[in-house]
Amino acid sequence: MNKIHNRQVVCETLMKLAKEDRDIVVLCSDSRGSASMKPFAEEYPEQFIETGIAEQNIVGIAAGLAASGKKPFVASPACFLTTRSAEQIKVDVSYSNTNVKLLGISAGISYGALGMSHHSLQDIAFLRAVPGILIVVPADRFETRLATEAIAGYNGPVYMRLGRNPVEDVYSSHDYDFQLGRAITLRNGNSVSIITFGETVKTALDAAELMSARGIDCRVINMHTIKPLDRDCIIKAAKETGAILTIEEHSVLGGFGAAVAEVVVQNHPVPMKIMGIPDEPAIPGKSKEVFAHYGISPENLCVEAEKLINMKRNGGC
Amino acid sequence: MKKAALIRRDIVDIVYRSSAGHIGGSLSETDILVALYYEVMRIDPENPGWADRDRFILSKGHSIDAYYCVLADRGFFDRKELLTYSQFGSKLIGHPNRQIPGVEMNTGALGHGLSIGVGMALAAKMDKKDYRVFVLMGDGELAEGSVWEAAMAASNYRLDNLVAIIDRNGLQISGKTEEVMAIEPLGEKWKSFGWNVSVIDGHDFSSICSALSEDRKVRNMPSLVIAETVKGKGISFMENEPKWHHGVMTPEEYKKACEELDRLLEVL
Repeated sequence: MNKIHNRQVVCETLMKLAKEDRDIVVLCSDSRGSASMKPFAEEYPEQFIETGIAEQNIVGIAAGLAASGKKPFVASPACFLTTRSAEQIKVDVSYSNTNVKLLGISAGISYGALGMSHHSLQDIAFLRAVPGILIVVPADRFETRLATEAIAGYNGPVYMRLGRNPVEDVYSSHDYDFQLGRAITLRNGNSVSIITFGETVKTALDAAELMSARGIDCRVINMHTIKPLDRDCIIKAAKETGAILTIEEHSVLGGFGAAVAEVVVQNHPVPMKIMGIPDEPAIPGKSKEVFAHYGISPENLCVEAEKLINMKRNGGC
Repeated sequence: MKKAALIRRDIVDIVYRSSAGHIGGSLSETDILVALYYEVMRIDPENPGWADRDRFILSKGHSIDAYYCVLADRGFFDRKELLTYSQFGSKLIGHPNRQIPGVEMNTGALGHGLSIGVGMALAAKMDKKDYRVFVLMGDGELAEGSVWEAAMAASNYRLDNLVAIIDRNGLQISGKTEEVMAIEPLGEKWKSFGWNVSVIDGHDFSSICSALSEDRKVRNMPSLVIAETVKGKGISFMENEPKWHHGVMTPEEYKKACEELDRLLEVL
């Protein structure tokens, strides 16, 4: 089991980049510990800004820095960063089109037992509707490095969402083609597609393995960029597999599954199942326990996939 | 001051023509903007993106009428564009946006400008540049908590290149600031947040210029200028009347406003 946190990888990657690029600035809201940014703050004190617990201010300051030629990365818990400072994101970052990178740490249900105040299960729904902001969620530590490098090289607003705990590896190295906005098909198959991102990519791969033993060939797609969505990849999956299951560590309302469904219904309607956190305060607990509670386990995903396949065979919904 | 009277004349015109805008706060801030754009700030209208320019953020973004009239008069864009104000398809919409030469940031949601100013002032310090950052806020706006987050950060980082100005006209959309949400003692609040505070007559050109001048800055401290102003300044029937926060004029009111300003211009 991998022990390296994705947030550590972000810090290491930014330290490498900051050495060459003095315009890179990291901002924390009393979050340098929880964001694993202490090494950056220590090594680059002149490129590090502490704002205290003030999320509205941190985003406004980042916008001001960006408007003056800096490349700010705001590392703050996703739950506060995307709701407390929603208006600053909308106006100072999106509308003003400032080159601000928002790193939402400990996103989704990563804070587990701390409860709904610390869960961020609305961030994708909100940010999807804010124009011009890329939404990126890497699946493991390898992808985290590639994604961090990619967003650093992109001139414009980005929200990168990161979990709190180390996640199991999906990839075996950095040696693959990562491009913002281009989904990665990790496993080919033609019976059904699972499209997901972040921590649940591994769960989807495990489910596909189980399905394979039962004679079902399941396609698994890692949609690491949620905005802009890789529409071609989704339409292709709809056409070739005829059934799509989405998984998200987010509310099932208005989030990733909804985004995929918008593409599917307007291009090639097929049976779909949207899995995620239902419209309620998520049950507190460790990630695996919470996911299992809501049916996001390899075993249950097989059951849901089989239902979709039957639906497809019976001629639709 | 003649320039301010001419700008007020332009404001009355564009507000009347468009039946839009926020005339009360535009008239109260006019002298401040004239001081900044004609006397105080280091700017080059021919080169609005000049890296060493002083920065200005209109945090009270709704008071756009005065801002557009000053930017146009100062040559950031053609005065003819003022005729399009608030019309469909015009760049000159009801709040500042960066498509307009000279505008640094899109504002309109209150309580954002000072944080942005802190970011710009920090960038200047990091780059060892000597430009200054000016942020104009309304007094009603001070009820936004984010203003105080930024006030704390500015003194924490000893941003002596940051100057905040409060257009203290005493009124907001619902009435007197002290009745809507009391903000006094205002100077004491800012002093206790670590700011170098001065209080001036916000319609006296030389007082404004002197308060905003570089040599008035105190090292290692951000500066706050409380500019005491009159909402609707210059038009007798608009002065100190909350309804002119965003009132539009009847043809008779427009005529009267023009006459008052024209009379003033004759003697200036």
